[in-house]
Amino acid sequence: MTSRDTILAAIRANQPDRLPLPEQFTFETTYPDLAAQFAEVLAFVGGQAVNVPDYAAIATYLRQTYADVLSIGTTIPELADVADLDLTLITVPHDLVGLNLAIIGGQLGVAENAAIWVDEQHIPSHFRAMPMITQYLAIIIREVDLVSNMHEAYRRIDVAATGFGTFISGPSKTADIEQSLVIGAHGARGLTVFILKE
Amino acid sequence: MSNLSHAEAAAVFNKDEARVDWHDETLWFVRSKRDRAAQSIPEWEGLREAASQIKNHVLSNMHDLLTQFEQKAIANGIMVHWAADAAEHNAIIRQILADNKVNQLVKSKSMLTEECHLNEYLKEHGVDVIDSDLGERIVQMRGEAPSHIVLPAIHLKRGDVGDTFHKHLGTDAGATDPQYLTEAARQHLRDTFLTRKVALTGVNFAIAETGGFVVCTNEGNADMGVHLADVHIACMGFEKVIPRAEHLGVFLRLLARSATGQPITTFSSHFHKPRKGQQMHLVIVDNGRSRQLGRADFRNSLKCIRCAACFNTCPVYRRSGGHSYHTAIAGPIGSILAPNLDMRQNVDLPFASTLCGSCSNVCPVKIDIHEQLYKWRQVLMQEGHGPTAKTLAMKTMASVLESPRLYRMAGKVGRGVLRFAPVVAENGLNPWYTHREMPEPPAESFRDWYINNKQ
Repeated sequence: MTSRDTILAAIRANQPDRLPLPEQFTFETTYPDLAAQFAEVLAFVGGQAVNVPDYAAIATYLRQTYADVLSIGTTIPELADVADLDLTLITVPHDLVGLNLAIIGGQLGVAENAAIWVDEQHIPSHFRAMPMITQYLAIIIREVDLVSNMHEAYRRIDVAATGFGTFISGPSKTADIEQSLVIGAHGARGLTVFILKE
Repeated sequence: MSNLSHAEAAAVFNKDEARVDWHDETLWFVRSKRDRAAQSIPEWEGLREAASQIKNHVLSNMHDLLTQFEQKAIANGIMVHWAADAAEHNAIIRQILADNKVNQLVKSKSMLTEECHLNEYLKEHGVDVIDSDLGERIVQMRGEAPSHIVLPAIHLKRGDVGDTFHKHLGTDAGATDPQYLTEAARQHLRDTFLTRKVALTGVNFAIAETGGFVVCTNEGNADMGVHLADVHIACMGFEKVIPRAEHLGVFLRLLARSATGQPITTFSSHFHKPRKGQQMHLVIVDNGRSRQLGRADFRNSLKCIRCAACFNTCPVYRRSGGHSYHTAIAGPIGSILAPNLDMRQNVDLPFASTLCGSCSNVCPVKIDIHEQLYKWRQVLMQEGHGPTAKTLAMKTMASVLESPRLYRMAGKVGRGVLRFAPVVAENGLNPWYTHREMPEPPAESFRDWYINNKQ
């Protein structure tokens, strides 16, 4: 017998009688103002939310905030003018290493934990590393795509729609040295989330 | 791993009282953060109950969930391997490296690979392994094992890390600023991520319905490793499987809140297919789990999602340190998992507890940890793994209690000794006295008092 068959046979012999799945495993947390809740939690996890009426406002904000920064790349056509890096020329993820600011879209944001779902509809497959390898990250979500909690988020997304997807909540961080929080462990050192009103 | 028992190693750890106090208080602080996070969710107890029931179902439906998961994963283009034990797990990984003609590996956190001693094995076979989680990298440089499954370097102070980085990364001598030290590690590991062809991760959850798996980190190190590597190897104990993606809503709401008090980890990455040109391997490991599944009293330990809430709340863990447990997974949960792997070697661990029950109260999947600790004690003694001195003492006590005459005599001698020559009992040769004060001896026994006062 292969190890697979041995293991599965032992499991079949040893597993207890079938128990049902719980009837209730989703809960309705509600927040009066999803955008305000999202922004508060995002600040708690080290990021920053900015409410904007349109893409022009995002462009203005980014030009002011990252005035002297080069190597800006975006996957969002509306913001192509803000970027100086032509991502179509990059074919291997390692070439993203010089990226100072990545601007990408997200499918939805979760108010309870400031997590944003990003999958290969927002970043191409060979750019899976983009949200982590960049020095700074900006994600754009629409206000209508904010949900209360993770149960609602999983109802809206299809985790297997693409080969890879991730919930991102705040910039990368560590507290592995004496429990002192340091922002910017291996991934982005800062995260700005634009909440688009339109 | 040391050969000292938990109590012996804890005695060594306790020699530096200031550090023990710091360790105790720091972990209690993490526990308090967990409490605040839990209390911010009105349905917290409902979530725990749901998580517990989902996991109970998983244990009872393990065979079918795993075969469903395997089938879907293969359809997704993931290469699935099965390992009966640690040796087979390690050999599979070595073979994947050999097939790709690579002798360097970058790893993110995987307690399973610690359990299998993968790093030591690969090193012996000429493979250079770099752990990329900051805490794990620190302990790896020092030649130590992680002392905590979520906070691997919690036993160290910033000065220790500064010294280690000065020696290995060339940071300034005497530097202790966490920001500066983390930046040094970031630069060092960035270079590692960019040059490694094979990256290994653990697995937090595997989804039977879709054949994908989830890896959670705060640092982004798992993602940095695998998205830049040609080959991704993910390793999981088979108990990580869950039925459907929507169940992740329950587990991701509980995991980080229970672990560190965060609302969710920074990255919760869902892998379903390799990226174009990449290989994705998944190693499903048994290593004693199917045996544990068959032990009705102990199978619930397989529900664990490795949040370490039971470590942080445990009065014994906080004051004895993770290394005292001489096993990859320390703390209360480690103490009920380890005897299944090796009863003789881990006989001391179920006794490293006050049975206060705090571990069971914070467990997000409602494992009856303290009850299992108590039950393991019975099993280990019945199987003859008790220390000789204790077994002898228990036998002696049994014969004394069986005979009224011996009992009366022993009581008289005991009272006399404690009153007139306490040094006979209160010394280092009496193991009972090591951890306890001896009682005030009463002037007479209850029996004598009763006879004298009957009229």
